[in-house]
Amino acid sequence: MKRSVVLWLVAGFIGYCVLPWYILEDGLWGFEWLFDGYPFDTDYAPALFLIFQGEKLWLSPILLFLLLPLIGDVFTRGLTERSAISTRRANVLIVAGIAGLAWVAFQGYGIGLRGWNFEALTTLFGPLEDRQFGMGAGALLIVGAFLFFLTTGIAGRGAVNGDVFVVGAIGLIIAMVAVFIFFPIVQMLASAFTDEDGGFSVGTFVAKFSENKIWGLGCVTGDTRCGVAWNSLFLAVLVGFFTTLLGLIFALVATRSGFRYGRVLRGLTVLPIITPPFVIGLAIILLFGLSGAVTQFVAELFGLQPTRWIYGLPGIFIAQVLSFTPIAFLVLIGVVEGVSPSMEEAAQTLRASKWQTFRTVSLPLMRPGLANAFLLGFIESMADFGNPLVLGGNYDVLSTEIFFAIVGAQNDQGQAAVLAIALLVFTLTAFYAQRRWLGKKNYTTQTGKGDGGMHVLLPKRVMLPCYVIAGIWTTFTLTVYGMILYGGFVELWGLDHTLTLKHYTTAFAVGYNDFGIHFKGSAWDSFWTTLKIAGIAAPLTAILGLITAWLLVRQNFTGKAAFEFGTMLSFAIPGTVIGVAYILAFNVPPIELTGTGAILVISFIFRNMPVGVRAGIASMSQLDKSLDEASLTLGASTWHTFTRIVLPLMRPAILAALVFSFVRAMTAISAVIFLVSAEYNMATSYIIGRVENNDYGIAIAYSSMLIVVMLTMVAITQLLVGRADTRRRSKAI
Amino acid sequence: MRIAHLLLVPTLAVAAGMTIPAYAAEKLTYYCSAQEDWCQLMADGFEEATGIDVRMTRKSSGETLAQLKAEASNPKGDIWWGGTGDPHLQAAEEGLGEAYESPMRGEQNDWAIRQAEAAGNQTIGIYSGALGYGYNEDVLKANNLPVPECWADLLKPEYKGHVQMANPNSSGTAYTTLATIVQLFGEDEGFEFMKGLHKNINQYTKSGSAPIKAAARGENTIGIVFLHDAVAQAASGFPIKSVAPCEGTGYEIGGMTIIKGGRNPESAQKFYDWALSAETQSRALEVNAFQVMSNKNAQSSPLAPDLESIKLIDYDFAKYGSADERKRLLKKWDDEVSVLPQ
Repeated sequence: MKRSVVLWLVAGFIGYCVLPWYILEDGLWGFEWLFDGYPFDTDYAPALFLIFQGEKLWLSPILLFLLLPLIGDVFTRGLTERSAISTRRANVLIVAGIAGLAWVAFQGYGIGLRGWNFEALTTLFGPLEDRQFGMGAGALLIVGAFLFFLTTGIAGRGAVNGDVFVVGAIGLIIAMVAVFIFFPIVQMLASAFTDEDGGFSVGTFVAKFSENKIWGLGCVTGDTRCGVAWNSLFLAVLVGFFTTLLGLIFALVATRSGFRYGRVLRGLTVLPIITPPFVIGLAIILLFGLSGAVTQFVAELFGLQPTRWIYGLPGIFIAQVLSFTPIAFLVLIGVVEGVSPSMEEAAQTLRASKWQTFRTVSLPLMRPGLANAFLLGFIESMADFGNPLVLGGNYDVLSTEIFFAIVGAQNDQGQAAVLAIALLVFTLTAFYAQRRWLGKKNYTTQTGKGDGGMHVLLPKRVMLPCYVIAGIWTTFTLTVYGMILYGGFVELWGLDHTLTLKHYTTAFAVGYNDFGIHFKGSAWDSFWTTLKIAGIAAPLTAILGLITAWLLVRQNFTGKAAFEFGTMLSFAIPGTVIGVAYILAFNVPPIELTGTGAILVISFIFRNMPVGVRAGIASMSQLDKSLDEASLTLGASTWHTFTRIVLPLMRPAILAALVFSFVRAMTAISAVIFLVSAEYNMATSYIIGRVENNDYGIAIAYSSMLIVVMLTMVAITQLLVGRADTRRRSKAI
Repeated sequence: MRIAHLLLVPTLAVAAGMTIPAYAAEKLTYYCSAQEDWCQLMADGFEEATGIDVRMTRKSSGETLAQLKAEASNPKGDIWWGGTGDPHLQAAEEGLGEAYESPMRGEQNDWAIRQAEAAGNQTIGIYSGALGYGYNEDVLKANNLPVPECWADLLKPEYKGHVQMANPNSSGTAYTTLATIVQLFGEDEGFEFMKGLHKNINQYTKSGSAPIKAAARGENTIGIVFLHDAVAQAASGFPIKSVAPCEGTGYEIGGMTIIKGGRNPESAQKFYDWALSAETQSRALEVNAFQVMSNKNAQSSPLAPDLESIKLIDYDFAKYGSADERKRLLKKWDDEVSVLPQ
């Protein structure tokens, strides 16, 4: 038997015989259950102990499916041909895997908190006098075991050249995406087709979807407002375009201008991304609002009446461009660096001018990066929630409308789902358009062949405007951040500018008592929780994202397009919808996660995974496949090739994914606001509370603290992961 | 070796399980929809008073109701305290609350008990506050505007672009405003009023108290809000004056609900009784909560708007709190008012 099968068999039996089958109310890692009647208490018992006590007998078939691979040799008796035997073994594994998964799912969904979950089951088997809670650690291991039986079996039948690792990875990601993206979203979207009596109705959907509030064109034809869908679309296109442009400018200045402070610039552009939501909005209000410093100054200078011009499209636009330019920068810098100098040198050898080289060689080679950056900006803007909330004025956009459809006095989940579908149409169209635009051209520039050139400096006519724009933008960013830092130290921001430390002491006071250090500040609780959750989520997100990217770029398998669609889908779905969908899907058995830290971690992983995937794809499509092939030809396994060849070459992508997911986990708000619980309260949710309370001081003090922490983390990650070594000369001589 | 370990762990665990008594501290999962510091004060106060471990989540009343609905088949919370009464009534309407009659009931004001009676004792009033508006003195002066005193004043053309209120679709406060105007002027004239007001509104905010907070920071002139919210801004040092409109005005009653099927029903009842006591309610002043408390003996601040001196309408909570009437009014407002050009 294969070693991996043995390994998963052992895991499966541990899951069945050792770990508690059901989820524990006080958590697994507290280990209180070990001293509280384990293994016989039915709350904590492993499945095997439950069955021996005559409880939950529906768990017994699982043992049978678990034993199937062990007795698999029975089925190969009489066969002599080697290939026939291994095919038969693979078949046994597939049967065990499918049957096991199906049974676990069936019993989980069939039997819930109040006995049978479905009427049909009650009529079929009569009422059930028993019930069960959500599945726990034991069930998780067993599901893992069955899943890998299945994938090993499929590989054994020759799929993807019989590569166990690749099929396993594909299976794992499909399973996770199915459970944590499709299942909740389908449940949520089903409510778009639900009429008031709870029945299924297409008419309800059509009526809600075609409403004037969504698609109205009043702003074009008259003086009323346009539908929210158009508002969102217009804003997102604008933001996508400008963030890509600015991101490109920064990337060029940082890498190709001979600009000495490129590193400083990198640091600066990363600032907005590590900023908690609302803070940029608040700073912009204090600068450009009706009583804002800039507005008042300009009004006095020119004798104008100050206006509320910032509220609406201009405000959201400025705040979003500030927030999302760094994302474009992060995507583009890798691409700009990755463009092979030898191509540019070739162009110049052929007598192209600097400008011609830039326009006809460098820029086209950056197309995948540009398209990715635009797509990210577009979708980020569509899904952004914090900035429109603070600065939106009367310019309604889909994301906030979805939020208020759910939490508002209306409380109409169907309406939220309908709006979410409109949003999805846009983001998926963007996704499709981006793929069309990229076409099937070849952008490979890192080939593993001799590539010792040096990047061509920018032509003057590009360089100068880049410098100017980057300079203005940097000054603006610095002003905004200066305001933010300052705001934490004044009595009443915007009104009473006496310096004080009181906001910091309220939030982060540390005292000593009999038990040692005592964190008495009101923010510590959420602060530690946030660090913990972000710290767990980031590496998981990066790993999952990069594996997915590698599968997408390097492996060929049936249904790859659908696979890609599935993994990118969560990015196109706004956090608010994910939040509510998660609550609906994971509040009841078999997967009972609400109120735990796990649901936060999971939501972060699947919300941020697409960024890891995109960063991975962008940098991997620049790595020539011959590198992998060389490794494979020399006898290395796929796993070896992935860890020894691909991963080291992808350090920038890994860094980007790690940093981005950590930071996003610390600053995300839209999904989080639905998923936080008393025990797991997050920093952003605490900050919202303070902002709602007009208590900007503490909100800003807390945000400054988070910014400092995230900067430290980013620096540490950078040190640990290091920079990619492409073996090129990095400095002009 | 491994197998020995596997056997050893459960054996030890069983042995330990028999010697150490099961540790089960009393717990309370507490959903709070009032302002953050008030929520925190209640949580800490209850922990101090009873030793029960409190896990608090603060969310607006709309969000909490959404959560209660989503969690209905497996409630995680035990008690829901604070936030405007309508969502509490709605929760009661949908059977999400547990009926309970507290021994503290005798000490409560009539309006608090009426709220309980309307909801089959699934909720109770804990505080109340009158609707009105507040204005920023400095901004008003800078724009040479007269001081408004009545609802009708807000329709004057000179206030164009100076008034802010929340969107009734998203805010309980704004819905209370809409319902108040309808009860005060009658439905037809009330909607004419809303249409007139619409011309002067510079923004419909999402959250109920946002208009007065914007006014406090000089981003707006007049905000239609609950008076205690306006007073709280003034108490924080902002140049805000509050106005109880001369025609009379509506009010809200903050609610408290024990969540049906919660995991710690005894703790929830303890909290319920404790939250209704005069001593607890007097502490609201520590966090600038200027609502009138339900317990007759609770202290009130001199800054707090005096409900006695305000002309209050006879607000019909049963009618205007019901889901159907709410849907109808909001739809009418959406179709007839919000679509008009400004």
